[in-house]
Amino acid sequence: MPNNDGVMIGLEIHTQLTALKSKLFCSCSSDYRGSAPNTFTCPTCLGLPGAMPVINKKAIEFATRLALALKCDINERFFFFRKNYYYPDLPRGFQITMYNKAGGKAFADGGIVPIRIKDKVKEIKLNRIHLEEDPGRLVHEGSISKSPYTRVDYNRSGTTLIEIVSEPDMSSPEEAREFLKQLLAIIQYTGICDTNLEGAFRVDANISVKGYERSEVKNINSIKEVESALAYEEKRQKLAIKEGRELIQETRHWDGQKTIGLRNKEFEADYKYFPEQDLVPIEIDKSYIEKVEKELPEMPKERKERYQKKYQLSEFDSEVLVLDKTIADFFEEGIKSEKTFGPQEYKLYCNWLMNDISGWLNDNNKRINETNLKPKQVVELIRSIKEGKITGKIAKTFVGEMMKGTAISEIIKKSGKEAISDITVLEDICKQVIEENPKIVEDCRKKPKAKQGLVGKVMAKTKGQADPKITREILDKLLKELGIN
Amino acid sequence: MKTFKLMGHEIIEKIKEREIKIEEIIQLYLERIEKTDKLLHSYTHLSKESALEKARSFDRALNEGKSIGKLYGSPLSIKGCICVKDSPTTCGSKILEGYRPPYNATVLERLVEKEGAICIGRTNMDEFAMGGSTENSCYGPTKNPWDLECVPGGSSGGSGACIAAGQSIFALGSDTGGSVRSPAAYCGIVGLKPTYGRVSRYGLVSYANSLEQIGPMARCVRDCALLLEIMAGYDELDSTTVNEKVDAYTESLNNSIENKVLGVPKEFFGEGINNEVKDSVNKSIDILQGLGAKTIEVSFPHLEYTIPTYYLIAMSEASSNLARFDGLRYGKMSENLTGDVFEVFSRTRGEKFGAEVRRRIMLGSYALSAGYYDMFYIKALKVRTLIKNDFQEAYKKCDAIVCPTMPTTAFKIGELVDDPLQMYMMDVLTCPVNLAGLTALSIPCGFDGNGLPIGFQIIGNYFDEKGILNIGYLLEQELQIYKKIAPLNEGN
Ligand SMILES: [Zn+2]
Repeated sequence: MPNNDGVMIGLEIHTQLTALKSKLFCSCSSDYRGSAPNTFTCPTCLGLPGAMPVINKKAIEFATRLALALKCDINERFFFFRKNYYYPDLPRGFQITMYNKAGGKAFADGGIVPIRIKDKVKEIKLNRIHLEEDPGRLVHEGSISKSPYTRVDYNRSGTTLIEIVSEPDMSSPEEAREFLKQLLAIIQYTGICDTNLEGAFRVDANISVKGYERSEVKNINSIKEVESALAYEEKRQKLAIKEGRELIQETRHWDGQKTIGLRNKEFEADYKYFPEQDLVPIEIDKSYIEKVEKELPEMPKERKERYQKKYQLSEFDSEVLVLDKTIADFFEEGIKSEKTFGPQEYKLYCNWLMNDISGWLNDNNKRINETNLKPKQVVELIRSIKEGKITGKIAKTFVGEMMKGTAISEIIKKSGKEAISDITVLEDICKQVIEENPKIVEDCRKKPKAKQGLVGKVMAKTKGQADPKITREILDKLLKELGIN
Repeated sequence: MKTFKLMGHEIIEKIKEREIKIEEIIQLYLERIEKTDKLLHSYTHLSKESALEKARSFDRALNEGKSIGKLYGSPLSIKGCICVKDSPTTCGSKILEGYRPPYNATVLERLVEKEGAICIGRTNMDEFAMGGSTENSCYGPTKNPWDLECVPGGSSGGSGACIAAGQSIFALGSDTGGSVRSPAAYCGIVGLKPTYGRVSRYGLVSYANSLEQIGPMARCVRDCALLLEIMAGYDELDSTTVNEKVDAYTESLNNSIENKVLGVPKEFFGEGINNEVKDSVNKSIDILQGLGAKTIEVSFPHLEYTIPTYYLIAMSEASSNLARFDGLRYGKMSENLTGDVFEVFSRTRGEKFGAEVRRRIMLGSYALSAGYYDMFYIKALKVRTLIKNDFQEAYKKCDAIVCPTMPTTAFKIGELVDDPLQMYMMDVLTCPVNLAGLTALSIPCGFDGNGLPIGFQIIGNYFDEKGILNIGYLLEQELQIYKKIAPLNEGN
């Protein structure tokens, strides 16, 4: 009996349109990261009296792109709403957002994100996507409780968010994780958001056991943390049910270890939504949608299929490779630069990216474009192995140095670990090994597989630098001389 | 020279011909303000030094043969809710004490930066434009130049009084439910409420943003037309402005109105409308007929619902528009900072907003609350549509609608302060225009037995400012009372 039975999970993702040059309703730059506080502001995003919002048309285009990529139905006409509440980071006392009640419409309804769970494809349905503005940020010195002050930085105020609301279609924290992976990949491929930037997305996770009240864990900002928080909530709710304790509908906070119930004010809040009449209704016609669709970049699904067909990668390899667009772009740039490569090298290239390089990136918490690694280097590495300049085993120890951008030939030279492929040198070593290991030689008479033992001894003697192919050829020749085939 | 008796366009001619220096003009008006504003209190802030400095630089520029714009340095007085860069813009409220915006409203860019008007001061108003008498100002009331015991109308009462008393040539007001036309009527001057979307609201501090427009106020129709020509038109900073051609209003003032059809709405002459007002307005209608216009009766079956509809919408919008005033970023915070940030916000708002503003915020918040939204706000929007339809029915039969601006002439200061409902009723003939988003002009058409001015209202269809200015101008030329100035002036 799987213990995920009856769990319903729905997610709300707020993602920043980091590729937008300006904010949603003014011409201030939205690239606020790392800038001095309150320097990217104007009367509109500071909510100064009399200032008015004007829609950023590019934001509409980006939302259209995403809606198309997620296969949502885009509404022909919609208007913005005011969500009224007081908070120091909200300079107008209301947030300009969209609302699908009170006569309003979402930007787009529905949509689908396919995920793969245990080799089966499951389609997670979306409810809607919305456009809205982000508030400013409260800044503290150290922790909130110990900070001597709270300061407000309005640089973020008025930057663009897209809210994506899923149906409660996921039935385990793992499914939620897979959903987020696929969704973020799609977002990244649309070119509207660099999902890897700090704070580029935030997730509110709703979870309930069927027949019981749901809780909402707010403001989680990594896929891993979403999965952990949901796993914790699932356990907590099931335990409460088992012990006969009552579950209430509530908002909870994830502190990295556990979820904590917040005061239940959240659900009583009345945001007094009503139309924002400083903006005129926006109309989106078919020809506009068609135009955006034509310019829609390749999506992960298409790219995966292309990799299978063009580079003869397996379905699994292609799927993993395309998940992070920066890695997939790196792959493509690399193999395009080397005309002599074929399917075998493509596969090698893919393996290097997926295993050793991704491993290093994970360990060092870096992204591939934050390192000095160049696609050409991986080409060089694979060529060096093929040409017998180094062994695959030693190549693995080069990863750290490669990330600094050092040329492969130089790493090999510096390491002094060039493969030994000089036949006379290798023949001497092989002769020594045969002399020193009469027992293995005897074994070779009975089973040819035992030859591998001798190869191992040669490798040990050369600290892995012996060219395995040549070594094997020499050993074959020497054993033959001893009458062993 | 009694320049304050001259019209704006006449003074501009004199400057153009170099008969008079701009500095002299500015100096004369500042002196006039100095002499009379203790009585009237039209102004909350004056910018003497910067105005004189600008005047001198304009004079120099003219001497050098440079162009300084169509308004030739004429003095312009601006209501306290329109943003003027670095000038106190306080909306008659303590909560904005000391606030100087870092930017200009679009109308300022056009009138001052582009066409060379000189801002001489900021005029008094009902706090956040909420009121019809200019009594709800944290600076105290403004008085009517025709009778210092009476209100000047409102909420742009300071702008109305300063024009009527010869303290300025041009003024700007804002009209949410009649706030330009009410002081125009009570002070015996000309005021125009443009079609919604005709003039940019960028830089106008919002009270009820779906209803209001900035409007010109002046002694005569030609002066208003001149200002409107410059102010009107599409603004990329206000997406509700309409990209429709701006007519050359000053060039069509003398057009014949022969065979124009004027709609006379019987409901606008009904109960509650003062008889002297009715008689005076009817006399003017006769004059227009004499000029060849025809009249027909039109009907407004939903007029009785306009006041509740107007106030529901205005208050709902106000509750949200005024949410930003918490003293955190600009203006004044409460001295008492104990408690959390929400307590400080509430205390600040409780202390700094006046009673009428608090009343409207509370009523508006209530109307927008979950469970009441459909019952109040949505219903009000539906009635608003009916009122629009009433007008569109009327415009199938007529070119413009003529009626009184206000039900009465100016009332006494303090007379209605304890009776907000009666005060709200004063907007009955003006606020339908805002609900429908139409344009309307108020011009003086006579005086009551006490010598108080009576306003004549011409309501035009969407973007027909040209039509109503034309009718207003011809009537004004027949009546010849626009040259009469408030008795306050006689002694000078
Ligand atoms: Zn901005």
